Amino acid sequence: MKILIVGGGKALYFLCRTFLAKGHEVTVINRDPGECVRIARALRVTVVRGDGTDPAILEQAGAYAAETVVALTPNDQDNLAICQVCRVQYDVPRAVALALDPDNAAVFQKLGVEAFSITPVIATLIEQRTQLDDITNLIPAGEGKVNITELVLPPAAPVIDKPLREVSLPPDSLIAVVLREGAALVPRGNTFLRAGDRIVLISLPANHGETIKAITGDTL
Amino acid sequence: MKGSELFVVIVGCGRLGCHVASQLSRAGHGVVVIDCDEDAFNQLAPEFSGFRVEGDATELAILRQAKTDRADLVIATTSDDNVNLMVAQVARTVFLVPRVLARVFEPRREGIYRRLGIETVCPTSLAAGLFLKTILGDAVGDVA
Repeated sequence: MKILIVGGGKALYFLCRTFLAKGHEVTVINRDPGECVRIARALRVTVVRGDGTDPAILEQAGAYAAETVVALTPNDQDNLAICQVCRVQYDVPRAVALALDPDNAAVFQKLGVEAFSITPVIATLIEQRTQLDDITNLIPAGEGKVNITELVLPPAAPVIDKPLREVSLPPDSLIAVVLREGAALVPRGNTFLRAGDRIVLISLPANHGETIKAITGDTL
Repeated sequence: MKGSELFVVIVGCGRLGCHVASQLSRAGHGVVVIDCDEDAFNQLAPEFSGFRVEGDATELAILRQAKTDRADLVIATTSDDNVNLMVAQVARTVFLVPRVLARVFEPRREGIYRRLGIETVCPTSLAAGLFLKTILGDAVGDVA
């Protein structure tokens, strides 16, 4: 896939590296001559120096042939402009903008530009990681609308030693996988959970605390 | 509210924003000026009776603080085209402001944003037109 990325810094560097490793063709637009040279030396990408919101620069970077454009600059107004120029002028099928102000993610969507915001994801992660030590892994998915949690069932957990069908969990939550003695099994109604099982749990941020409580007996 | 009195939000308190804000205030309209630099407000006319909001207008919370939802008109006059174009679109789409004007310096961008339905004023095209008219007389046609 042909991907055009506007921006700089480590986020851009590692993103490019990831895309290249997956076999995508990457072009970068950056304003700073020094950084352009560093990017070109470090990565097998095409680098165009200039203002990525300028239609002439976007054209030079081959925006008309790009399948995806990612706007990662540190200014929300520039990220919006980049995506709009690409969509309107060059018919790029997919243009995604970083919204630093979390409020702007919804604003951009309203203006017809796909957007993502990092702040709420990090904030949720920090809050939830610091709340419970038994939780070994927590990944927000779907832009933070879904939580995937990995946790070990303690001996006092109210859900153990009875069939799963008798366990009552809040709506919109699910025990997706049970890891026991090195094997992964997808639980059914007749599965018995045991102390020490490592489970992968799907929940929503709204019912996360309630779900954890129902499973472990602990209050967050 | 009196019949012809407008509530206007002006983004950017540079030479243009300041001048427009002072004139509208003098004419009896309600004005709020937004600028991220507090010192910019010093340029406002002494009789300016509107409000000043210090902050970045690309932040939704700042536009909200300036009561943009109640504005009859928003004018985006900062020196950054992309700020003006974003503010104009947010004012129109999120705050449903009936009339929105944006200053855009780069004529290449003006065309795109016209296609997105934003009313723009391009000082570069305007000045170029006036210069050419002065030099070449009325013979010159469409200069922009």
